[in-house]
Amino acid sequence: MAPNKIVLRFPASIADKPIIFHLVKDYDLMINILKAHINPHKEGTMVLEVEGVRAEDGLAFLRDQGVGVQPLTEEIVWNEERCTHCGACTAICPTRALYVERPAMLVHFDSEACVVCQLCVRACPMRAMEVRF
Amino acid sequence: MADKTFAEINAKIQAGKAVVVTADELVQLVAEKGVGPAAKEVDVVTTGTFGPMCSSGAYFNFGHSAPRIKFHRVWLNGVPAATGFAAVDAFMGATALPDDDPLNTNHPGDFRYGGGHVIEDFVAGKSVRLKVLGYGTDCYPRRELETTVNLDDLNEAVLFNPRNAYQNYACAVNTGPRTLYTYMGVLKPGLGNAHFSTSGQLSPLLKDPYFRTIGLGTRIFLGGGIGYVVWNGTQHFPAIPALPEGAPPVPSGGTLAVLGDLKQMSPKWLRGTSMLGYGATLTVGIGIPIPILNEEICYYASRPDSELYAPIIDYAEAYPNRKPGNLGQVSYAALKSGAITLDEKEVPTAPVSSYHKAREISAILKQWLLEGKFLLGEPVQLLPGPDAGIKPKSLEIRGSGRRNG
Repeated sequence: MAPNKIVLRFPASIADKPIIFHLVKDYDLMINILKAHINPHKEGTMVLEVEGVRAEDGLAFLRDQGVGVQPLTEEIVWNEERCTHCGACTAICPTRALYVERPAMLVHFDSEACVVCQLCVRACPMRAMEVRF
Repeated sequence: MADKTFAEINAKIQAGKAVVVTADELVQLVAEKGVGPAAKEVDVVTTGTFGPMCSSGAYFNFGHSAPRIKFHRVWLNGVPAATGFAAVDAFMGATALPDDDPLNTNHPGDFRYGGGHVIEDFVAGKSVRLKVLGYGTDCYPRRELETTVNLDDLNEAVLFNPRNAYQNYACAVNTGPRTLYTYMGVLKPGLGNAHFSTSGQLSPLLKDPYFRTIGLGTRIFLGGGIGYVVWNGTQHFPAIPALPEGAPPVPSGGTLAVLGDLKQMSPKWLRGTSMLGYGATLTVGIGIPIPILNEEICYYASRPDSELYAPIIDYAEAYPNRKPGNLGQVSYAALKSGAITLDEKEVPTAPVSSYHKAREISAILKQWLLEGKFLLGEPVQLLPGPDAGIKPKSLEIRGSGRRNG
């Protein structure tokens, strides 16, 4: 089963509880935490890649715990019109979703490889990378 | 081979008979045929560069309002322009920032809008908010003014860049423990990446390292229109540093002051640019034709990326503190390959100037020359070259003598 990118929202009441580890222990899922953040109100947000036969059961468990589960609809969009193919984003992108095709020295964006870390959004001198929800 | 002259080449351009190639093409041609035959065959080689160039700006004459006002303070879209000229003249520098910009108070600052963006908005034909404060004189009684202007409204709008087209530039790295936000982009700690910023074998001044053809009056592609070299750039240091054994000598720091009519230019080739944690600037497209007057000029214009080197500079310590020395030299061929080896570590490389756009500029300029609508400007004076003995001066901080009193 192909990995599934999801966004989890933890209310403040459970932000300090060990929950994710149950996905591994009880549901035998392979997880990859792409991003995790707790805001000043102690609410947590996590972007997670989940892979395994019992993925749906695992997500049902999360919902039972009060965790909001949504598919990752946030994505990075490459505004090719704005891009000058300078390349300043390419060594910063941690997954090589942004890369230079050689020898043409053209910048390409592979949205499949993007983990929405958003480093490029601020690093792009032309502001050609946008977050879309 | 007898030297060609500018006049002879211009006559061929007008007759539609000039042989024009881009610097990329010349590299190939010389590799195949040798310098001598290529020098005979080719009349003009076109170069190009498209990168952030902070020492850029534009001056404007806005025309007079009724009643008249003498510009004391001026803002365009909230970005302060420089006054101190005649009543309705002002200069917008590429790195100017709005008075209310948070700068780096929340480091790294975004610098989403600055002088370079104002210039881009003007050439894109957008309306720009003009705010002026005067102090009132008998001849200029008005004290305040707010309106919108666009490029067509202005008497003159002139791009005037005191330092552009750096001959060569540092390969920037970071040996320190934290991420650095620089005009060379985001540099990751522990040699996490290496950024460079010239177009290498397409870069104008790397192709005429001895300034044999470029000088005052050289006609150029500037921001999509036609511009001119009007002086050497500021910090023009064309001397030749020592390089690794066997590498050909390459000068490090010649620069150009360029000027052109902003009204001819295009937002495609003048782009407001935001360097995270550093500031706003302007990315400028420049293309320079190099007439192949003789074999020597052809030889230098045909040097490939593998023979052109950039110094590797540490932006954690050496650069900000102006400490001499570098971490070695690296060829543009290696930089363009995507990784270099430094300190036994593979370091990913990335450009901050666009080779793709530089190539497009060299092709456009070639087209202009082939169509006979762009003639070479013969310099009325060449610029100082490596033998001029120019040495960089630095700013010494002298005590006022009153520091403790």
